[in-house]
Amino acid sequence: MTALIWSALYRIELVFMVSFILSASVYAGGAITAGRQQELRNLLIQDCGSCHGLKMKGGLGPALLPSALRNKPAEMIKATILDGRPGTAMPAWRNLISPTEAQWLASLLLQGETQ
Amino acid sequence: MNGLRYCFLALFLFQVTAHSRGTGDMGVLIERGSGSVQIIETSGNTSLGRVEGLGDLSHASVVYSRDERFAYVFGRDGGLTKVDILNAEITARTLQSGNSIGGAISQDGRLVAVSNYKPGGVKVFNADTLELVADVPASFNGGDLRSKVIGLVDAPDQKFVFALWDAGEIWVLDMADWAQPKIEKYRNIGRNPYDALITPDGRYYIAGLFGEDGMALLDLWNPSAGVKRILPDYGKGEQKLPVYKMPHLEGWAVAGDLAFVPAVGHHEVLVINMRTWQEAGRIKVHGQPIFVMARPDGRQVWVNFALPDNDTIQIIDTQSLSIVKQLKPGKGVLHMEFEPRGEEVWLSVRDEDRVEVYDTQTFKRKAFMPATKPSGIFFTARAHRIGL
Ligand code: HEC
Repeated sequence: MTALIWSALYRIELVFMVSFILSASVYAGGAITAGRQQELRNLLIQDCGSCHGLKMKGGLGPALLPSALRNKPAEMIKATILDGRPGTAMPAWRNLISPTEAQWLASLLLQGETQ
Repeated sequence: MNGLRYCFLALFLFQVTAHSRGTGDMGVLIERGSGSVQIIETSGNTSLGRVEGLGDLSHASVVYSRDERFAYVFGRDGGLTKVDILNAEITARTLQSGNSIGGAISQDGRLVAVSNYKPGGVKVFNADTLELVADVPASFNGGDLRSKVIGLVDAPDQKFVFALWDAGEIWVLDMADWAQPKIEKYRNIGRNPYDALITPDGRYYIAGLFGEDGMALLDLWNPSAGVKRILPDYGKGEQKLPVYKMPHLEGWAVAGDLAFVPAVGHHEVLVINMRTWQEAGRIKVHGQPIFVMARPDGRQVWVNFALPDNDTIQIIDTQSLSIVKQLKPGKGVLHMEFEPRGEEVWLSVRDEDRVEVYDTQTFKRKAFMPATKPSGIFFTARAHRIGL
């Protein structure tokens, strides 16, 4: 039984590692066209900004400055963007933002590239 | 000597021309991209100038002094700025909190109140000088926590009314005596009130709820009756859509006995019978409504929408409760403001960096002008309306 759990955990870890390596390669936003990147930047500042502040200093939602996100893994930020936080005002953006795009937005936030 | 005289004459003439106009056809347009406002006029539909240096203006709003000369601009970064719209200059400014959401001016015009997210509460200022008069922390849970404040409006008898997002409360702040503000608190009004409004007669305060269905209603003429839940059933059992933007409740859209409000998380405008406070209908619309605004005569209601439908406006005929017109002004239609008698309406089209003016009878575009990421548009006629 424990062996089973261990192997399951191992597998989960593997998946994480693979996804991490994969995601590292899209951080640069290579898979997203320049036009779409422009749209996403605008969305981040204007539409995320309507809850998080144009300068990401917070509003109805918390601040999303690099200092505020310091201890949060990119995976978690990406998941929050895609699926929202049920029971709070943070909506799921999956219908409008792809996983690759969410990953790229997470990296923009972590690097403070939101001005 | 003659030179000096001419100088004085010129100065005198300049002063006269600078001030020889009323402000009743003027307004302010927020440019959230550049932290500036444009001063506009609606007789010729032109821009008269720009005032810069107002800080972070996402979600900014404006109230007017009773002489319609000064605009108080409430910025997201806690900035409160008093702008002289005749001279296009800032006459006072204070950074009063870290993070604010809106404001109101008292019935007598002598106090300006600001609602803050962080630290959560309301601050009240002398409208002349912007000196602090009262500080009301939105404490709850026995004083441990502070709530974000939303839906701040003025009410008759020197009152301000607002709601606490985190606490689910409505507070009435009585400022009749500056030295001794009195607070009346209404608890358990429902989860996460997101915005609120007061009816044009100043009697009913209604807060929309994000955390559950329905709205919370307080009758300020009979406050001892407490807060009543209205429309408790709308949306029951239906899947709520993700809400990409909180709807706004402003300028209570009223036609006869009917009021029109946005349904949160649904592609619907709700119709309320104001005599019974029962639901009187639901109108299917193009997306999730943000602003539901009535033309001043109540004949039409104009609706804009959240992402991904924020390029569209729909117009509802309030007699037939049907949609009579759909417009596509461009991406990011954020706000609409009717001219005081309603013959024209101004729209801000954020992503196109443009504001547009439409004839409300023919629905034809009559004018447009460039603006940097425009959002709210506010005309001076608000100075004389309760709750605006
Ligand atoms: C309607 C309001 C709203 C909008 C729009 C919104 N958010 Fe949020 N967001 C929130 C709230 C509220 C929270 C806090 C949720 C909680 O309490 O856990 C949050 C949390 C987050 C978090 C987690 C922060 C942390 O410290 O854990 C991230 C990341 C985030 N939002 C990113 C975004 C991005 C990116 C967008 C735009 C694509 C966006 N949000 C748009 C309301 C919003």
